[in-house]
Amino acid sequence: MLTKRIIPCLDIKDGRTVKGTNFVDLRDAGDPVELGALYAQQGADELVFLDITATVEKRKTLSELVKRIARHVNIPFTVGGGISTVEDMSVLLNSGADKVSVNTAAFKNPQLINDIALAAGSQCCVLAIDTKKEEDGEWYVYLNGGRTKTDIKCFDWAKQGVELGAGEILLTSMNNDGTKAGFALDITKRLSQELPIPVIASGGAGAMQHFADVFELAYADAGLAASIFHFKEIEISDLKAYLQQRGVAVRV
Amino acid sequence: MNLAIVKYNAGNIQSVLFALERLGVDAKVTDDQDELFAADKVIFPGVGAARSAMDSLKEKGLDTIIKQLKQPVLGICVGMQLLFEHSEESDTECLGIIPAKVKLFKSEEISPDIPIKVPQVGWNDIYNLKTDLFNNVPEHSYVYYVHSYYAEMNPYCIATSNYGLEYAGAVQKDNFYGVQFHTEKSAKVGELILKNFLDL
Repeated sequence: MLTKRIIPCLDIKDGRTVKGTNFVDLRDAGDPVELGALYAQQGADELVFLDITATVEKRKTLSELVKRIARHVNIPFTVGGGISTVEDMSVLLNSGADKVSVNTAAFKNPQLINDIALAAGSQCCVLAIDTKKEEDGEWYVYLNGGRTKTDIKCFDWAKQGVELGAGEILLTSMNNDGTKAGFALDITKRLSQELPIPVIASGGAGAMQHFADVFELAYADAGLAASIFHFKEIEISDLKAYLQQRGVAVRV
Repeated sequence: MNLAIVKYNAGNIQSVLFALERLGVDAKVTDDQDELFAADKVIFPGVGAARSAMDSLKEKGLDTIIKQLKQPVLGICVGMQLLFEHSEESDTECLGIIPAKVKLFKSEEISPDIPIKVPQVGWNDIYNLKTDLFNNVPEHSYVYYVHSYYAEMNPYCIATSNYGLEYAGAVQKDNFYGVQFHTEKSAKVGELILKNFLDL
């Protein structure tokens, strides 16, 4: 039986993890490779590395980092952040990334999704969407790391992304992100139920119950979180044992 | 050991090379006929589409060479699918080593009541494990799958998985082995299966 996936997300800047972590047992908690390998060992099902490096020059170090990750980590991983051309994608996949995630650049140039899917297959193309529920009760797409609002509704963009060849949706609710009050169940459920591709829910995880909820009530295929794992508020092995006890199919 | 990886235009092989490196094994990536024939083992990887992969094999004459190989060969993902007779992906004639077909997961036919997502992405279990490829691999171990097309159940199936229906997670006929899952990305279990192949 296909299991629900637990995915830690690591933010990378200039080749280092940001959002400090308190992994005392790591030689270098700022090293994405070491942290990624530790998560893999603890039972993470996949990893997402999000590069938030601002300058183009420094981004070139990303492919070297991806190679190091691929060399040491024995589970699949996605790399995102600033990918705007098929060339960007090729460099990362050839370095050993399994998938790339696209966000703002794909919104501005939807053909990018199609180009990536044709060049490398839909399974390599994760469409990341940052979304926010406005006062009118609708979820809208935001760009540039949540700084720029658009008039396009999240569901419509996700649906278009599927038609263009996206293989998965990584859905981040800005309303929930950082609250630790749980995932956005309504929009996650709508995408999970109405789109034919897997949906990774992100934003708001603060307790093990929240993962059970997003899997059982919103039918997400995967749950992604950052700080609760980095700060060891939840251990992946405990989370999986909890989910298994709840009857959620997980890899243990 | 003299290990060769078939070089052709079918996705990146970097992950396979790194997985072998973690096992302490070097491999030669080659499309040279002599090197392929001389290898102790051959890995036949594949990511992407069956049609373009098959076209690339034919262009290099590798389709006939692969069929003549006598040493253990391991097809991975699309590499496994190409061992079959035919794939529904772009209606592609494949190598015809395994007399069975590769089909598309059609949610509405397979599972009309509870729709399944296509591609299948993630960790699924394998069972009814056979042959030395699965030495010391417990029944219902989890492996990582990413695929929209599946190999139908057939007499050469050596590992079964279920995604709306049962399909062949791995196959073996004579010296040809194939795994639909990404053994190179399947954590410890994947490493064990890869090691078992190297030990065949």
